[in-house]
Amino acid sequence: MNLDLDPAALAFRDEVRGWLAANAPRDPLPSVDTPAGDAAHRAWEQRLAGAVLAVVSWPGRYGGRAAPPLHTLLFEEEYHAAGGPVRIGQNGLFLLAPTLLAHGTQEQRDRILPPMARADEVWAQAWSEPEAGSDLAAIRSRAHRTDGGWRLSGQKTWSSRATVADRAFGLFRSDPAAERHRGLTYLMFDLRAEGVTVRPIRQLDGNPGFAEIFLDDVFVPDADVIGTPGDGWRVAMSTAGHERGLTLRAPGRFVAAAHRLVSRWQEQPDPATRDRVVDAWIGAQAYRMHAFAALDAPPTEASLTKLFWSELDVSLHETALDVLGPHAETDPSWTGGYLFALAGPIYAGTNEIQRGLVAQRVLGLPR
Amino acid sequence: MRLVPSVEQTGFATTLHDMLSAARVPEAADSWAEGNHGPGRQLWTQLADLGVTALAIPARHGGLDATPIDLVIAAEELGHHAVPGPIPETLATVPTLLAALTETVPGGEAERWLSELAAGRALATLTAPPWLPFAVDADAAELVLLVDGDAVGTARRGTVHSSMDRTRRLYEVESAGPVEICPAVGRALDLGALVCAAQLLGAGRALLEAAVAHARTRVQFGRAIGGFQAVQQRLADVAVGLEFARPLVYAAAVTLTPRDVSAAKVACSDAANRAARAALQVHGAIGYTQEHGLGRWVTKVRALSLSWGAPADHRARVMAELTKGATWN
Repeated sequence: MNLDLDPAALAFRDEVRGWLAANAPRDPLPSVDTPAGDAAHRAWEQRLAGAVLAVVSWPGRYGGRAAPPLHTLLFEEEYHAAGGPVRIGQNGLFLLAPTLLAHGTQEQRDRILPPMARADEVWAQAWSEPEAGSDLAAIRSRAHRTDGGWRLSGQKTWSSRATVADRAFGLFRSDPAAERHRGLTYLMFDLRAEGVTVRPIRQLDGNPGFAEIFLDDVFVPDADVIGTPGDGWRVAMSTAGHERGLTLRAPGRFVAAAHRLVSRWQEQPDPATRDRVVDAWIGAQAYRMHAFAALDAPPTEASLTKLFWSELDVSLHETALDVLGPHAETDPSWTGGYLFALAGPIYAGTNEIQRGLVAQRVLGLPR
Repeated sequence: MRLVPSVEQTGFATTLHDMLSAARVPEAADSWAEGNHGPGRQLWTQLADLGVTALAIPARHGGLDATPIDLVIAAEELGHHAVPGPIPETLATVPTLLAALTETVPGGEAERWLSELAAGRALATLTAPPWLPFAVDADAAELVLLVDGDAVGTARRGTVHSSMDRTRRLYEVESAGPVEICPAVGRALDLGALVCAAQLLGAGRALLEAAVAHARTRVQFGRAIGGFQAVQQRLADVAVGLEFARPLVYAAAVTLTPRDVSAAKVACSDAANRAARAALQVHGAIGYTQEHGLGRWVTKVRALSLSWGAPADHRARVMAELTKGATWN
């Protein structure tokens, strides 16, 4: 569709397209969760940052170009169309950074954001715990007050990228007398600090995509608290929409996948799968148009969006596997995406939790 | 490109909603179903007073020369209230055909009909196989057309069939006079399909609203059933479907390409049918009664999703268009 882009947007899109055509890796990089892949993905991020394309929406002082939201959408479309690598820094870039920009101190932003943008520092998230999954407010890991900071103890799990990351962020119970959402503090900590043990967890695809983090009296200075101690839940939730809300869910990712699926179907048209291929394309197009419409509208409840893209991702990849038939099993370009898609309805708040939020917050049904 | 309504367009939808909320639409629909079009025609006169019937008509013929976005905003509200009558036919397709005919045959009957339609003094319907094998409400319409390929002519009613939507009477028609070649048939039918998609979107929204209202007040096991997860999860999925069908309708109103119109029709049909099933299920037996009225939306949604190109027709067309051109934009 002709989006009637203004000259600045067109120029930006052309710049991104041209740069990616000249610079994007022709062959897939090694898995991001291996040592070789870690190095290759960090090197890739350095090149992106060198072209001021790593974080286009951020202010210039942190490595961005203060681009408007439309440009971010266009960047993501071009990035996924070019088959750009997984963003190794995505937890930091799209989850921690918005929190710092909203609640961090100037000192924190200046110290943390520029190395994040260059992937000199890669961040892992540390939300879930063995007894706090969908029920995130059941967090038990403790932050004890000490001179000049806090001491962290407890166990975090399902921590994406923790095996290769440098630092992590998460919620800790700083007031043991307070219950549930109260008495939590948002803290950042060094994964190589004394008292931190990271144990990789192999995912169902065999790769160590996430990890357990054990914390044994780990010191964190006051400078690494985001927001007010005890106010962590509010700080975390005010930008939680960003995980449900960007990059992994960038419309460009789904449009690119739908484009590949349609092209593959057209090579050997089979009436038995046609309608499902069309539905995958329509879903991606709906998601894309929804994102463009959202630029001119009040924010959509992030739960609606998360439900749509995560279910679309699964059905699109299921359709692709059925289109390929028995050959799909040996085609990692689709099986990898399929296995990754299966995680979508689980992470960032399961889809059952999201449906509950839609029912209560959007539809006004009783709690 | 704007994919959300302007303040003026939102205001127009609100005005329409307020008028229809006060206008006893259920009674008009029941009369319409029984063959008494009087109250329904009064409703159409009120719609004409708000300019709805003049939207797709050129200014030189007494119309408003409105955009397709204005048209889908009005159509969504008509679907929201399950207004009876040949809506895509009268509001979109027939005016588009007539306006094109006034270019090729100046001074003809088409000009007079455009003025009649704009003023709300006439309703129009048509058949256009394969999308429209029957002329809906031909007994209520002053103008009945038969479209065959790019040939357009007037038609007379033949055998009548009833629909699962009691307000829709479906007529076979036969040619009643000479035909003209019209260059706008494709665009006229696409506009009709798009208006139908918008009606489905509005009907789906009404069904969700009804289900939510019922779930908040209906008490079983000592609590409102809307507090039960099984009910919440199902209605959340309905909300997702409608939320992501809407941008396809607006995008298609901007481009009017066959690909985008068909995508919108498919998505709105799916979303509205999902809403219908969920709403009926949440209501339980009371929703299955004629007296309750939920069935007006349930039956209309199914009828409209089959009309103006069934889902299979539109999915086939999307793939045909994707095969013809680039899939990227």
